[in-house]
Amino acid sequence: MSEAVVAPPAPQSPPSTAIRARPSGFFSDVASVANRALRLLPRDLETILPALIVPLFFFVVTIGAIQNLAGDAVPGFDYKAFQLPVAIMTAVTGMSRANSLVVDIVNGYFDRLLMTPINRYALLLGLMVADMVLFLVLATPVLVLGFAIGVSFGATGVLGVLVFMLFGAFWGLAYTGFPYAIALRTGNPGAVNSSFLLFFPFMFLTTAWVSREVMTDWLAAITWFNPMTYALEAMRSLFLGWDGWALGRGIFAVSIVGLLAQTLAFRSLNGRVRRG
Amino acid sequence: MKGLEVEGFAIAATITPRVIPEAKLRELFAVSTVGMGGISLLITSEFVVAAISAQQLRRTYGDVVAVDSVDLEVQSGEVYGFLGPNGAGKSTVVRMLCTLASMTSGRATVAGYDVHTQGDQVRLSIGVALQDAALDGKLTGRETLMLQGRYYGLSKQAIATRMEEVAPLLDMAAIDRKVSTYSGGMKRRLDLAAALMHNPEVLFLDEPTTGLDPISRAVVWDQVRNLNRKLGMTIFLTTQYLEEADALTHRVGILNEGLLVAEGTPVELKRKVGADVVVARVGADPAKAAEAISAVTGISNVEVYGNEVSAATADGASVVSSVAVALSSAGVEVAELSIRPTTLDDVFLEMTGARIEVEE
Repeated sequence: MSEAVVAPPAPQSPPSTAIRARPSGFFSDVASVANRALRLLPRDLETILPALIVPLFFFVVTIGAIQNLAGDAVPGFDYKAFQLPVAIMTAVTGMSRANSLVVDIVNGYFDRLLMTPINRYALLLGLMVADMVLFLVLATPVLVLGFAIGVSFGATGVLGVLVFMLFGAFWGLAYTGFPYAIALRTGNPGAVNSSFLLFFPFMFLTTAWVSREVMTDWLAAITWFNPMTYALEAMRSLFLGWDGWALGRGIFAVSIVGLLAQTLAFRSLNGRVRRG
Repeated sequence: MKGLEVEGFAIAATITPRVIPEAKLRELFAVSTVGMGGISLLITSEFVVAAISAQQLRRTYGDVVAVDSVDLEVQSGEVYGFLGPNGAGKSTVVRMLCTLASMTSGRATVAGYDVHTQGDQVRLSIGVALQDAALDGKLTGRETLMLQGRYYGLSKQAIATRMEEVAPLLDMAAIDRKVSTYSGGMKRRLDLAAALMHNPEVLFLDEPTTGLDPISRAVVWDQVRNLNRKLGMTIFLTTQYLEEADALTHRVGILNEGLLVAEGTPVELKRKVGADVVVARVGADPAKAAEAISAVTGISNVEVYGNEVSAATADGASVVSSVAVALSSAGVEVAELSIRPTTLDDVFLEMTGARIEVEE
């Protein structure tokens, strides 16, 4: 055996500290990523403010335009309550940290994260935790406005309100898979913004503004295939009482969207990690 | 067999399923000495494992070969420099070794862990500062370091300790300012500090001083020296600055068009070319000048670059007059004739036929 011959001089003193990296565990990883995303939320007001204002604006304008018409057609019909879920869905659909993810990809911060021991899936799940908080922040003013103009959850109470809000957040979370998938696949901010186009068929080819009975046949037929229809019906059912069938269909429809979108997102994440 | 030799008696030992870098062995050595009443242990060459090792590393992008058949062996505690022009493949090698890019073929280990199959362990062992400071402009400097510590599982106390230790790199007056307000130099130094937060065994620096002002460059150089001398940290850096490679590294690998064309200590590499270089700047016909200089006894490696002809020699002072005579006899108009010590640029010219064009 021969002695080691090492070209550089040997270390002159031991490390100043014994501090070393260690795996912190999956949930801690998710919390770390969420921590950063939540810190940045208040610094990203230029994207959040429009998302706060637009649903409130459409909520007020739509009610102003159609409430009397709806009330004349169906006496006693509460169009404000009918519209509240639409306003919530408008607030939460398409809002996510996907834009900040694509900025991270462009400026190299995402590479920094990939070189840390953070669990790969935590990179997306942490952002989604922040998204859930964002959805609640965006939906709350809409809900408050709804209460202010007389919408009532008298039949289901506080629990109904909670389920209503969670439904909105659940939909928002399911939908985020699309912009995240686009962000990870393209690394292009413009492409991520274009994911908002998906919002239109989801929102307009459904019972957002009028019930199926008063639609033309072709539009009514399409609404049966739109998962948003079932999500809106589930949320609207909470104004009238606990309807397990409506809630179950809603959860199932949103889950299908979520499964599809999140599968795309996590496949895109794997693809980006693999490509390097 | 991997083992420790105790006063000539070899003890076969499998310490862990992975191989242990030398720095770790030296820590073990200190502990063992106390525990064994001063019995000396020799770290054997079989036991000491390279901090970075790569065999036939290759990466292609479609038909483009970015890195081809690169073999590397960087010992623990060594500062190894990859020298080459832009596009030589330096960053691609770093990205592969840091698990950021997959290799098309080949095998590599970092800190004793296989880059392909033990990526998680590799990432725990390395710190990386890439060519473009990868920072979030909306975070403050302090937040950047705190988050970096959290990503590596450090406690709040450990993060606070490490922030104090990396403070010399930083402009502490600006630590609570958003990174977007930092100058380029401040960003690079913050990036380096972030890479050091978890006390990595192996530090990768991809062109750490490119674009930096002289003061920031000096700070980074000092820090690199300190990390290596005081902590024994293995440092793998890429650079296009010859003086940086010369000043900081123990060994240099010269990379050109994806191929490792030369490797050795800066002194060894320069010695291969010659102790001195005679440089003749000529008015016209450098080829004729090169032919004349080649005929001079004691001259080797004559290279033409533009209107400059350089020739290596063991002793510049003794041949320069002969070179002047040869050029004069050949009728070559000489604008300037000088002698200088060999630089890594000469080595690069000798190996590749081109000079490194530095791009800021």
